[in-house]
Amino acid sequence: MTTTETRPVAEGDLRSVLASRNRPARPSALSASLTFGWRALLKIKHVPEQLFDVTVFPVLFLLMFTYLFGGALAGSTSEYLQWVLPGILVMTVVMITLYTGVALNTDITKGVFDRFKSLPVWRPAPLAGALLGDAVRYTLASTMVIVLGLVLGFRPENGAGGVLLAVVLLLVFCYSLSWLWTLLGLLLRTPNSVMGVSMMVMFPGTFLSNIFVDPQTMPGWLRAFVDVNPVSHLVTAIRGLMHGGVTTGQIVSVLMASAVMVLLFAPITMYLYRNRK
Amino acid sequence: MTATAGNLAIEASNLVKVFGATRAVNGVDLTVPSGGVYGFLGPNGAGKTTTIRMLATLLRPDGGHARVLGHDIVREADTVRGLVSLTGQFASVDEELTGLENLVLLGRLYGYSWAQAKRRTNDLLGAFGLADAADRLVKHYSGGMRRRLDIAASIVVTPELMFLDEPTTGLDPRSRNQVWDIVRALVAGGTTVLLTTQYLDEADQLADRMAVIDHGAIIVEGTPSELKAAVGSGTLHVRVHDPAQRDEAERLLIESLRVPVHREADPAALSARVADPARVAHALGELSHAGVDVSHFALGQPSLDEVFLALTGHPAETYGAGETAEESAA
Repeated sequence: MTTTETRPVAEGDLRSVLASRNRPARPSALSASLTFGWRALLKIKHVPEQLFDVTVFPVLFLLMFTYLFGGALAGSTSEYLQWVLPGILVMTVVMITLYTGVALNTDITKGVFDRFKSLPVWRPAPLAGALLGDAVRYTLASTMVIVLGLVLGFRPENGAGGVLLAVVLLLVFCYSLSWLWTLLGLLLRTPNSVMGVSMMVMFPGTFLSNIFVDPQTMPGWLRAFVDVNPVSHLVTAIRGLMHGGVTTGQIVSVLMASAVMVLLFAPITMYLYRNRK
Repeated sequence: MTATAGNLAIEASNLVKVFGATRAVNGVDLTVPSGGVYGFLGPNGAGKTTTIRMLATLLRPDGGHARVLGHDIVREADTVRGLVSLTGQFASVDEELTGLENLVLLGRLYGYSWAQAKRRTNDLLGAFGLADAADRLVKHYSGGMRRRLDIAASIVVTPELMFLDEPTTGLDPRSRNQVWDIVRALVAGGTTVLLTTQYLDEADQLADRMAVIDHGAIIVEGTPSELKAAVGSGTLHVRVHDPAQRDEAERLLIESLRVPVHREADPAALSARVADPARVAHALGELSHAGVDVSHFALGQPSLDEVFLALTGHPAETYGAGETAEESAA
């Protein structure tokens, strides 16, 4: 089918390629991480369909929830939009963190990861580089939600500065959370099982929160869960940052939750990373 | 061993790796001299892959120790990683990138500048006959092209020692010959190659020395001719025209070959492991002399199965498929 297939290996060229015994110096940790980041960007370039989740998904959610439930839940759709947009923003970006684990597991099952591990580079570089690709997806998703929101009539009282701070806080939380999916990516056998288990955590984690409604009307046992759910704390802080009224305590509680996730999952992840068979 | 201590690519003693209840590698001793191809032969699940993953620093041994090119694989893992490369059973190239991007990526990770990485990539793609496919996504490559790219990826920086894990499994004969050419060129360039394979003829084609591994331990080590001498040169298969003459043929073969003759399930067929191929011509002459019509005969190379039967007393197939799955998941 292809002409390249029939061409024999060029013996002379091969000899001269092998004759080069040039051994460059080991790259710095930063350079290696940025190279892995370049790889993540190339993947987005070659498979732009994977951005479907971060573009179409949030648009659908925002439109559906605002116009379907807005009138019933908040009296008017425009009032509900002010309430629900920070929540949809959190849900969208938190949801797409799980692709970190799926992508890592795909690399492992395909054997690409073995090659990376056998390189003389800073060991966490592949994980650090993946975060760069994540940053692009998170930023794109956040931009989609906020721009569409503004078009539909979302008016954050704290202006652009508040929105920006809210997105930064969201990214801190999501990076911390992505250690959990990285852990699952190393632990489970197939990309599908990573997806399945992550979804099982993610659905209750996002829906059983204050994203869509005020927990006041919920039964006590459910409220107890919603009140300790770190996603609720994140949404509260982000609403506060966008509309005003955020307290230091709210921000600290999000940062604490992030720190706990990193301290809990990162050591286990790095252990699995080094010792996986 | 033949090589002196300062000239060894690999010295491993009593390497052990345990996965749950399975002792995948159970006390492997291995001495591989620098230069040439060292064949590492064994059926699926015998512990080949696990052993080389330990030697390539991808797995930490649970017992024993090993030095690769004079460096300890645990304490000096980073130094070892800088000198060796591993090509796994499954082409470990990134399917969602182009061939060119795959190699530039690795060039950068080895510490080349962008310009150097691009130059090296173009040289490699040219040498491996992949220049025309440089900008195509690897998922559209054929099996043979993928394998070549995989090997090219392993020599972005020419390694001192290269682990090739079953590089020809699943390839068509032409692609297999291309891989063999590459291995020969690597060795001519001064790289030591540790080649694992399930095929005796592959080891025979390429290897200067080889070891056979079984149940996680080395059972025999030597040159291919030493190994074959231990097994005999092959099996003679004879099919007589008239099944009624089989007893007569069996008697004549035992007499002239002086080895046990096996009666096959086919009522007209006989087989015998022969040590000396010269006797075969003589034996066939005896048959025709006695008026026994032979409809078919063949002298086969000893297969890996026969090697195993001769060396261990059991055929290679008795190994469970369980560990194959484990090795592929690894």
